[in-house]
Amino acid sequence: MKIAVLLKQVPDTETKIRVKGDASGIESDGIKYIISPYDEFAIEEAIKTKEKSAPSEVIAVSLGPVRVVDAIRTALAMGADKGIHIDDCGLAMDSFVTAKVLANALKNENFDLIFTGKQAIDDDASQVSQMVAEFLNVPQLMLAEKFELGADKKSATIERSVGGGTKEVYTVEFPAVIGAEKGLNTPRYASLPGIMKAKTKPVTTLKASDLVGETKPKTTNVNFRLPPERAAGKVLQGEPEQLAQQLVKLLREEAKVI
Amino acid sequence: MSLSYDLSSEHEMLRKSIRDFAEKEIKPVRQKLDEKEEFSYDLAKKMSELGLFGITMSPEYGGQGLDTLSYIIAVEELARVDGCQAATVAAENGLGIGPIYNFGTEEQKRKYLPSLCTGEKLWGFGLTEPNAGSDAGNSETNASLKNGQWTINGSKIFITNAASKITGGVTVQCVTGNKGDSGKEISCIIVEAGTPGFTAKEMHHKMTWRSSNTAELYFDNVQVPEANLLGPRGNGYRQMLATLDGGRLAIAAMGLGGAQGAYEAALQYSHERKTFGQALNKHQVIAFKLADMAMEIDLARTYLYKACWLKDQGRPFKKKRRLRNSIALK
Ligand SMILES: Cc1cc2nc3c(=O)[nH]c(=O)nc-3n(C[C@H](O)[C@H](O)[C@H](O)COP(=O)(O)OP(=O)(O)OC[C@H]3O[C@@H](n4cnc5c(N)ncnc54)[C@H](O)[C@@H]3O)c2cc1C
Repeated sequence: MKIAVLLKQVPDTETKIRVKGDASGIESDGIKYIISPYDEFAIEEAIKTKEKSAPSEVIAVSLGPVRVVDAIRTALAMGADKGIHIDDCGLAMDSFVTAKVLANALKNENFDLIFTGKQAIDDDASQVSQMVAEFLNVPQLMLAEKFELGADKKSATIERSVGGGTKEVYTVEFPAVIGAEKGLNTPRYASLPGIMKAKTKPVTTLKASDLVGETKPKTTNVNFRLPPERAAGKVLQGEPEQLAQQLVKLLREEAKVI
Repeated sequence: MSLSYDLSSEHEMLRKSIRDFAEKEIKPVRQKLDEKEEFSYDLAKKMSELGLFGITMSPEYGGQGLDTLSYIIAVEELARVDGCQAATVAAENGLGIGPIYNFGTEEQKRKYLPSLCTGEKLWGFGLTEPNAGSDAGNSETNASLKNGQWTINGSKIFITNAASKITGGVTVQCVTGNKGDSGKEISCIIVEAGTPGFTAKEMHHKMTWRSSNTAELYFDNVQVPEANLLGPRGNGYRQMLATLDGGRLAIAAMGLGGAQGAYEAALQYSHERKTFGQALNKHQVIAFKLADMAMEIDLARTYLYKACWLKDQGRPFKKKRRLRNSIALK
């Protein structure tokens, strides 16, 4: 089986985000990058699926500047076999262009399965996976909490939550795009021998400028703003009865939530 | 011309992987293990799956084939969260696996190293005795050779990884004869767990490293084959000194990791706790202390990594190591 994982490198959640002076984006220096956590679930599921369906291979694909090769190397250290780095060539990209470039890179590779995260934790757009599936004309199932490979290795059963504890269960024929939700698995740590082996695994570089064709962004970021600083909390004092009264009053009149 | 203080991307990846592991797997259980003085087989297994045993040893014997710096970063990151797990890993690599790897015969290496490098088994290095510590040459445990068998009598104390359920054996420093004027002849001998007359007793009531496995060893007419001698007869003292030289890098990494963890905890608390109307870190005296801590840690790390680099280049690293130990352990 041929399995792809789409990875996005995002700022570490502990990074202090600073907006550029002209509000056109965020300052990139000083940012530590990580693999978007949902994509880590995708890597793990891809490797697990490979282990259950030998001979198979996992190919980690990431679009972005040269630094994203680190994300690919981490996936290789976890157990992926090959990497594809698509250099963004500094092109203006939105989810639409990103998905187009990825789909064009994947198009001729005949993947049986494409794992992705349900969304990337930087812009939280949750659009790229679905659009990639659309451009490749294959089914997609997002928010997968359980993935079970069919006995025929040509289909899978996927479970996802739809709120209130209700679960949906789907079966899907390959090729398909699967978007990983938290809880799908516990990603393994890159082991020391894995890190050593990753050095020798091949990473191919493609150019987004060769893949983008006539596609132009459909959306443009016009402005970036930090969320307003959270105001300090209020501590109420007094007897429980008074406290309850004060709390209800504040919730009604100040917070206006009840 | 170029000089770079950046770590390679592999070293960075290794640090991140071990830090994640320590935060997610060790941190939640470290206090309970410490309180109960419990050695965690579960963590030992997980650490072995990460490849933390036999880090610098050749893959030919099941090792991971990494450099000294990788080993040191691994120990540092474990110690940042828990000195006990760092001790298990450092003692195993340096004292358990190290002497067999460095001085063992080909046969001994093939026999013992693979299961030690997978972490399936642990191994102890028995040097210290109640009357021989800093002065390790004072060992009284003795071994005599007769009819192709060594007979060992004596005892050892404070031996790491030697009384666990998965301990495969120990390397014991013994007096094997008298060299006249130049003193005792000292040799190292391999004793497998389960050899009649050999007992390993877990030690308790330690003040630190409480969830690391520490043992007292007793040898009561223990008989092992002559071939269990580690390297040439009479080389025991030299082997031990060489082993401890390398081991000091790991001890410095433990000091460094511990200092880093303590600094981070102090820094966080200094943001949270307010006295006299402002956060602790806004009081200049505290800010200066934190800055000094950060500086000394950075200094120790720079020195330690340089010593690793020197060692990996095959150059002398002892002076660096001593200077750095005195900074890191402060
Ligand atoms: C948790 C733990 C794990 C250990 N694991 C191992 C192991 O795996 N294998 C092993 O062989 N050993 C192990 N050891 C033992 C360790 O190596 C010894 O404790 C160490 O060598 C010191 O020896 P000692 O305890 O006999 O101290 P001593 O030699 O009695 O020293 C005590 C103090 O006396 C003073 N002193 C000693 N000599 C001098 C001198 N010449 N001049 C001035 N002052 C001096 C110093 O202040 C010194 O700190 C372990 C110890 C501990 C606590």
